[in-house]
Amino acid sequence: MKSDGFDQFKGSSDYVTSEPLRNAVNVAIALGRPLLIRGEPGTGKTLLAHSISSGLGKKLIVWNIKSTTKAQEGLYVYDTVQRLNDSRFGDRDVSDIKQYIKLGKLGQAFASLEQVVLLIDEVDKADIEFPNDLLNELDEMSFHIPETNETITAIHRPISVITSNAEKELPDAFLRRCIFHYIEFPDPELMEEIVQVHFPNIKNSLLREALKTFYSLREIDEFRKKPSTSELIDWIRALIVGGIPHENISKEIPFVGTLLKKETDYDYFVNSHMTRIGSTFITRRQ
Amino acid sequence: MFTDFFYTLRKRKVPVSTTEWMTLMEALTKGCITNLDEFYFLARAILVKSEAYYDHYDVAFKEYFKGVETPAEISEQILEWIRDPINRMILTEKEQILFDSMDFDELLEELEKRLKEQTEQHDRGGYWIGRGGTSPFGHSGYYPAGIRIGGESRGRHAIQIAQERRFRNYRNDLTLDVRQIKIALKSLRRLSRIGSEDELDLKKTIDAIAKNAGEIELMWQRSRKNAVKVLLLMDVGGSMEPFALLCNQLFSAAHSSTHFKDLRYYYFHNCIYDDLYQDIERQEAVSTDHLLSTIESDYKLILVGDARMAPSELMERYGAINYYERNETPGIVWLNQIAEHFTHYVWLNPYDPRFWIHPTVQVIGKIFPMFPLTLDGLEQAVKSLIVKK
Repeated sequence: MKSDGFDQFKGSSDYVTSEPLRNAVNVAIALGRPLLIRGEPGTGKTLLAHSISSGLGKKLIVWNIKSTTKAQEGLYVYDTVQRLNDSRFGDRDVSDIKQYIKLGKLGQAFASLEQVVLLIDEVDKADIEFPNDLLNELDEMSFHIPETNETITAIHRPISVITSNAEKELPDAFLRRCIFHYIEFPDPELMEEIVQVHFPNIKNSLLREALKTFYSLREIDEFRKKPSTSELIDWIRALIVGGIPHENISKEIPFVGTLLKKETDYDYFVNSHMTRIGSTFITRRQ
Repeated sequence: MFTDFFYTLRKRKVPVSTTEWMTLMEALTKGCITNLDEFYFLARAILVKSEAYYDHYDVAFKEYFKGVETPAEISEQILEWIRDPINRMILTEKEQILFDSMDFDELLEELEKRLKEQTEQHDRGGYWIGRGGTSPFGHSGYYPAGIRIGGESRGRHAIQIAQERRFRNYRNDLTLDVRQIKIALKSLRRLSRIGSEDELDLKKTIDAIAKNAGEIELMWQRSRKNAVKVLLLMDVGGSMEPFALLCNQLFSAAHSSTHFKDLRYYYFHNCIYDDLYQDIERQEAVSTDHLLSTIESDYKLILVGDARMAPSELMERYGAINYYERNETPGIVWLNQIAEHFTHYVWLNPYDPRFWIHPTVQVIGKIFPMFPLTLDGLEQAVKSLIVKK
């Protein structure tokens, strides 16, 4: 019998999760720690937060990180230029600093009257020091605004999901405070479920053939960019629209251009593998 | 609770700290665990912070919870053969059915079992692993359900443990892909203010406004951009052939890294002599002299090569392996000149450092700081390229 708090998140209808991932989410919720998600592009890191939000019926606040984002912006922004402007033209009472303090995404999540899901998307895009600047705030779930001498404390600890593409190393001190999960590339069974979410009426024979071929392609290490879930979905759509009989899929691999996006990969594949299999390869690029 | 597990993890080089251990204890006291499977995932989520350590974690977990296991070693080549789906397609139909009747793990288990039983090399048998036999495993064997091991070899050395360790490929010390190299190269940067003035200089703006008695005047400054320029010199052909893929990946990572101010690259064969080449076929040459006299010395120099050659190729006039190259100056002199010209330089060697005892590798290693072409080595190399001198 599990104690409460550890089985809150069960996934949502439009997002298929693996059990380890569900566990990680629930541990993060129960312990009130940020959940750090990493994984190959196209494995649904960002969608996870949306799924938690809809699965638990909580509001989602998204903070998209860019290379120029500063940690401070997530807390609050003091609009000094506006205040300076007002001081010249006398539109507003400039002695009331409060009206020039605008809460950032993190600040909004703290100030929210009900618990929210906070998504800090692609945290590694920002400067290397960025995560460290947020350590204290994520730990204490509060921050101080010196300008107004106010302290914003989280009314409810937000469920924080942080995604990273591993473009930069994250600092150790930051990592120590997170729950970590690496989303593996889905195995064929999970992938079958995922495809069925997108194409509920897909024929089993087609699905199986397509997946078999897809996973064979993914095992070729020489590709610069291996096909991922989104490419598979596009390819299957093409197969359905093109009315390709399932028995031809693994032999001909039609529309291989939807799976292999790089010219070098495409050439490599056609030259080395199609000849090795020795079948008649018909180029059917759109 | 499980304190030894903590030390087992640390012994297996999982960088786990007391903070994380206390978090795990907190989770355990909240009573969320009903079985070992859940413990596995819970502990991993809390203690391990990078997929690069998932494999270390697996090893430690096995060691702690099952006692020490020392599986028979199955060479990477075999694994690769089994995993490569293309090989499955070239089997006959009959073979395919038999092949499919065992799943991958069963095949490996069986293979491992037999490797353990077998203690000597074996040819032409019906059960043992060897060559030309009818056992399911072996080289050039014809047992229908068997795995024909070998044939076209693509992997090099690297004996690895065959076990259900799925995250082995994520280990930092084993594999490199373009993306990982790009990440490593990302830290090769030095920010300086260049380009057009497009950033508000707050301090100057305030000063200016104060001087103007409150009249707003905006002051701009140049934004910080990466000023690092890179010169990549790569050894191609000959003994570098086995590493072509790796070098190719390094090159494409460097080439697609947009954050360098400039990237220039040239190729050479074995050692650098009078000329460097602009293409891999070594057709378009540029003289090394000309390059050195035109390139600024603040380019970060990355040399890639195995540094293995006959001593004469390095030390002697006319030593170049290509007879027509007729180098007037010995390679070693060129290398020294290059090292003198640049302030920051590294040599990346794709060979395992255990094989660096070769004489010319030693000599070149004294001129250029040498690092292995692995993710860890690359990271160290990048670090040494950005230290201030």
